[in-house]
Amino acid sequence: MALDQSFVGRTYPPTEPYEVGREKIREFAEAIGDANPAYTDTEAAKALGHPDVIAPPTFVFAITFKAAGQVVQDPQLGLDYSRVVHGDQKFAYSRPVRAGDRLTVTSTIESIKSLAGNDVLDIRGEVHDEAGEHVVTAITKLVARAADEEA
Amino acid sequence: MTAKISYDDVEVGTELPAQSFPVTRATLVQYAGASGDFNPIHWNEKFAKEVGLPDVIAHGMFTMAEAARVVTDWAGDPAAVAEYGVRFTKPVVVPNDDQGAVIEVSGKVAAKLDDDARTVRVDLTAVSAGQKVLGMSRAVVRLA
Repeated sequence: MALDQSFVGRTYPPTEPYEVGREKIREFAEAIGDANPAYTDTEAAKALGHPDVIAPPTFVFAITFKAAGQVVQDPQLGLDYSRVVHGDQKFAYSRPVRAGDRLTVTSTIESIKSLAGNDVLDIRGEVHDEAGEHVVTAITKLVARAADEEA
Repeated sequence: MTAKISYDDVEVGTELPAQSFPVTRATLVQYAGASGDFNPIHWNEKFAKEVGLPDVIAHGMFTMAEAARVVTDWAGDPAAVAEYGVRFTKPVVVPNDDQGAVIEVSGKVAAKLDDDARTVRVDLTAVSAGQKVLGMSRAVVRLA
């Protein structure tokens, strides 16, 4: 079932702030095996010109993808999440995410396409800090495989 | 932002140091916890096979995170990454044995974008079990 094109451009309300914790950043850096001291050592981060430890580039996905749940679970849109795979992911940064940030995400349906019976949905998540400054934009492409593809 | 690589020292074709990243089931459980992505295709073999996968597969975002390390280790300051995008083309299959899988990542400078902003485009290649697992894997990096 093709998704309704009229949802293109729809913007969902901003999320409640997510507070970025330094131990959460450490946990994430350890999980990806990344020993870069900018993620765990405040002095090392400061030596690079950051006010506090920063997060690895893909850390913010956990926040933007949760926010994208508003779109994915929108009953009016009617996406069949059991058929969804992650197609592409892009980030454009104004600055790195850092400990102490309180981040809100505003999700917008960027595009809806139908390719070979698959629904292809681009969701743009704009991430802002408490001062309202832009931090990062995440573009997540989700592909809902056609129902008749079932073996 | 304090990249340790100078824009003037790189040219199109400059290679970034390649790296290999091992992935085991334990890695995936740890990443699931840290990222909050508990999709059972990343830890439950029975479930993965029921939905048509050959075995448990790594989180795409895990692979994306590992590929980024080739760029951030090279640049020194992770904040040098201005843009980063990938396409998930093939899954990284992670068998339940002592070995797991390996993701091999290489990268090279594909373009010098802006002499004033000192930005370059780095194209990355990520391979596991002989197959390219990421496509269109590109980062815009702001150098010193």
